[in-house]
Amino acid sequence: MFVFKCPFCQEAREEEEFAYGGEAFIARPDAPDQTNEATWGDYLFTRKNPKGWHWEMWFHATGCRKFFVVKRNTATHAIAGSWPLAEGRKLYDAEGGGA
Amino acid sequence: MRASRPFLAVDQGALVKKDYSFWSLFKQGLSHNEGWEPAWRNAEPKPSYNVIIVGGGGHGLATAYYLAKDHGIRDIAVVEKGYLGGGNTARNTTIVRSNYLWDEAALLYEHSLKLWEGLTQDLNFNVMFSQRGVFNLGHTLQDMRDIERRVNANNLNGIDAMVLSAAEVKARIPLIDISKNRRYPILGASFQPRGGIARHDAVAWGFARAASKYGVDIIENCEVTGMDIAGGRIKGIETTRGAIRADRVGCVAAGHSSVLAKMAGIRLPLESHPLQAFVSESLKPVLHTVVMSNAVHGYLSQSDKGELVIGAGIDHYLSYAQRGSPHIIEHAAAAIIELFPTFSRVRMNRQWGGIVDTTPDACPIISKTKVKGLYFNCGWGTGGFKATPGSGNVFAHTIAHDDPHPLNRAFSIDRFHTGHLIDEHGAAGVAH
Repeated sequence: MFVFKCPFCQEAREEEEFAYGGEAFIARPDAPDQTNEATWGDYLFTRKNPKGWHWEMWFHATGCRKFFVVKRNTATHAIAGSWPLAEGRKLYDAEGGGA
Repeated sequence: MRASRPFLAVDQGALVKKDYSFWSLFKQGLSHNEGWEPAWRNAEPKPSYNVIIVGGGGHGLATAYYLAKDHGIRDIAVVEKGYLGGGNTARNTTIVRSNYLWDEAALLYEHSLKLWEGLTQDLNFNVMFSQRGVFNLGHTLQDMRDIERRVNANNLNGIDAMVLSAAEVKARIPLIDISKNRRYPILGASFQPRGGIARHDAVAWGFARAASKYGVDIIENCEVTGMDIAGGRIKGIETTRGAIRADRVGCVAAGHSSVLAKMAGIRLPLESHPLQAFVSESLKPVLHTVVMSNAVHGYLSQSDKGELVIGAGIDHYLSYAQRGSPHIIEHAAAAIIELFPTFSRVRMNRQWGGIVDTTPDACPIISKTKVKGLYFNCGWGTGGFKATPGSGNVFAHTIAHDDPHPLNRAFSIDRFHTGHLIDEHGAAGVAH
């Protein structure tokens, strides 16, 4: 059972209040009608699925109903922090795209 | 068991002398069971092999076995980072069935089910395959329409399946509660009589022993740390026990497939999730079949030891930690009590999680890759155990011929680019 801090409510709450929103910051191809099938397929389906630190979205489903981003370790279940999407994006970019 | 076996031994020479038989049981019994030999050799890695299989679970060992048996390739190493069959092979709920909706999936799982039916004889190892039938319950009118559609599709594919009414379900499973005042009343079920369960450890051990007899090297405690690729071709692997060279490498690593793929510069459409299960204390026989329900998200059977074996749905987040969150277990337990109120006082004994690699269409990837000589068999998600022999069988064909078997051609990695997905989500009675 995870305890996440919702950056909007500023409350630490149990996982059951939240819904998992998948890998964060997946870039949508700029011109979908001009992109090839491989690029579009990768955008839709291919995921990093890392063993280690992962940037992911969570949705405060029974709280403020807002999405935010969490940096969580998939091997140890440690949580580094949670941020609104734009703030998290800056940190994500600063560390090289969650590599 | 197999009274005729000693007569077969004449033709097959030394290989068969070590076979298990009624006679060998009797003979070993006389010497206080102290003369049994290990079921397989624990090999040291050689510098090179014809084929390397990464992953010593059921699927990997089955691949090695069928490569040796059907394709005459004996120079094989199976490398396993932990101990044999210690991953998902030991962490599932052992259900075997083939009642899938779409032709591609149904034919693949039916191929596997047919292999299960002869597996104990084929491996000379009792995998305790018990065809006790599998019920997939329907709780709403839409469930029942889906069940009818799936049963019809199954019958067209030559797979045994029938639609049962609630009363017919009750007649076969006396403890089940079909009263109308439940939150999720049971309206009926699909029933596959040839489905059932098998002994998970025996499957890994049986394949390991049979493969080992063909000369396959089984190397435990050997984790892959890198892939040696040059000019778009696989040259070998780096492991914690040194480099091993091979022109052909098959990866069958379930939850860790994405980790291996990354070493080869490949990205896969996989997400690794925890899938939890738990067993009760041993009870007298109360349930002689397998009951699954998507709507309430639980499935159960009773093992030969008497434990109720109960499976939950996946935890939705990514994890490699082989553990999940307690509320998922609570949800599965609630589902089981909804179906069987009698079990509300049963005490639970053990609980565990495995890491399942799920694909967007809930169907596996059994495929060549852009790296020549590197093959992946992954994405089995929540339902890999039932496919163990079939998966190994078609993957062995794919590796031996550098070309997929007709049954796994549709399960190529390219389908996520072409859009030819095989959408089994929710369609096949898959609890996930």
